[in-house]
Amino acid sequence: MRRFLYVTRAVAWRSIHNTLVNPAIIVPSIIFPLFFLVAFAGGLSRIGDVPNFDYKPGYTSFQFVFVFLQSAAFGGVFTGFAVARDFESGFARRLLLGAPRRSGIIAGYAVGAFMRWLVVAVIVTVAGLIAGMNVYGHGIQLFGLFGLGLGMNFGAALWAIGIAMFFRTEQAGPLIQMPVFVALFLAPVYVPLSLLTGWVHAVSRLNPITAVMEAGRGLFAGSPVKVVLSFALLGAGAAILAAFSRRGLASAERAG
Amino acid sequence: MIRERSLLEQISAVARRSAMATYRQRALLVFPMLFPLILFAINGSSLSRATEIPGFPTSSYRAFLLAMPFVQGAMFVSISAGTSLARDIETGFLNRLALTPLRSEAMLVGQLGGAFVVACVQAVVYTLVGLATGVGFASGLGGVFVLLSLSLAIAFAFACLGGLLALRLGSGEAIQGIFPLLFVTLFLSSATLPRNIIKAEWFREVATYNPVSYFLEGLRSLVIQGWNAQALELAFGFAALLAGISLALSSTAMKSRLART
Repeated sequence: MRRFLYVTRAVAWRSIHNTLVNPAIIVPSIIFPLFFLVAFAGGLSRIGDVPNFDYKPGYTSFQFVFVFLQSAAFGGVFTGFAVARDFESGFARRLLLGAPRRSGIIAGYAVGAFMRWLVVAVIVTVAGLIAGMNVYGHGIQLFGLFGLGLGMNFGAALWAIGIAMFFRTEQAGPLIQMPVFVALFLAPVYVPLSLLTGWVHAVSRLNPITAVMEAGRGLFAGSPVKVVLSFALLGAGAAILAAFSRRGLASAERAG
Repeated sequence: MIRERSLLEQISAVARRSAMATYRQRALLVFPMLFPLILFAINGSSLSRATEIPGFPTSSYRAFLLAMPFVQGAMFVSISAGTSLARDIETGFLNRLALTPLRSEAMLVGQLGGAFVVACVQAVVYTLVGLATGVGFASGLGGVFVLLSLSLAIAFAFACLGGLLALRLGSGEAIQGIFPLLFVTLFLSSATLPRNIIKAEWFREVATYNPVSYFLEGLRSLVIQGWNAQALELAFGFAALLAGISLALSSTAMKSRLART
């Protein structure tokens, strides 16, 4: 356990250090959520006038929760790019040779992703407040929303690290981000689930991210729904994706 | 007359090479073509309730949204054209080409040939997808041909912009880095809602000054309105303006790039 923590701390510190030394690394993770917040909360605010749209804090808050969770997920995704880059530069292979407990590498990258997302989460929240979003949830409920973000970030990071370790090239970028992007957009992004129609409604109902999004919006509005279900889904997802990323690591180990 | 024909032959020779290079890497074109369709499929259904907003111009959100894949596809074409030209700069092919009697206009326009082929395929695919998902064309069969012509004009304009960026930046990686900026211009336009019903005033202002709105509105008018001369003039006009400015600046950039080496 001590060796695991040692490797985790070292890899996480390197990831944070790289961000501090080269802030450009974090720019895409900040720009994309802000851009979505501007485009959706600004450009689509009229959607809040659609009959039966009844999210009390308003459309900006409705979109803020999506953007907050999306920033968490993409914070994890961008870590996958860093892992792929480390393999292309040869650093990851040296890391595999030097680490006394290799599963700590995955944990280290995931912790690094979380630390970077913290910065993004603060910026996105400030932007949301500037944009005039209403917050109806109290402290514990908002902490619950943060917990959901943490779960999304962790799950996405494990997915991205797994793919990056399987392919060990930056060309795997679309494969890292597209499934996350599509899964996010197959949840109720623009209107609540009850207002979705057609095939997207059918797919959204089965999409685990829908429950997470609904729970996040419920917490933000001060009327929680599906919170336990969401945390259970995120926990199960993290367990499956942890096994997946471990297999990715094993694949990288075999490749040498 | 002889000189003009010769220029056309030169453009055709370079364009043929560019098109072949694109054809050989056709697997890389699948994602840029699919991505706009994925967004069309998701947003077309997710935002269908927007048609209930008073003043929304059509009862089918898919019909309203169909213009978006065309413009998004054109943006991918610009990146594809730019990356391909940047590769020729990086590998020194452009310099070797400069040693031949080939005219610089032929080098520039011909290099966009591959991107133009991609644009043609994309335009046909997006039109067929629109028809397959039940979108009707208010302007009829003639409108479909004008839609294809306009989408090619827009794609050509974006390809010229990609070429200009390649000549100025000289690196494929830098071109890829520009893509998010193009994507931003798409979302800060009337892509998802008509300008007159956008609620946020500042957003409406940005969309009004954003030429991408006019590309979308020109294409959209053929699908949901019929023949709207003003929308078509603006769309073709902005496409010609973008292509003209990009080609003029590219010509200067080409001279300075070749002089540098």
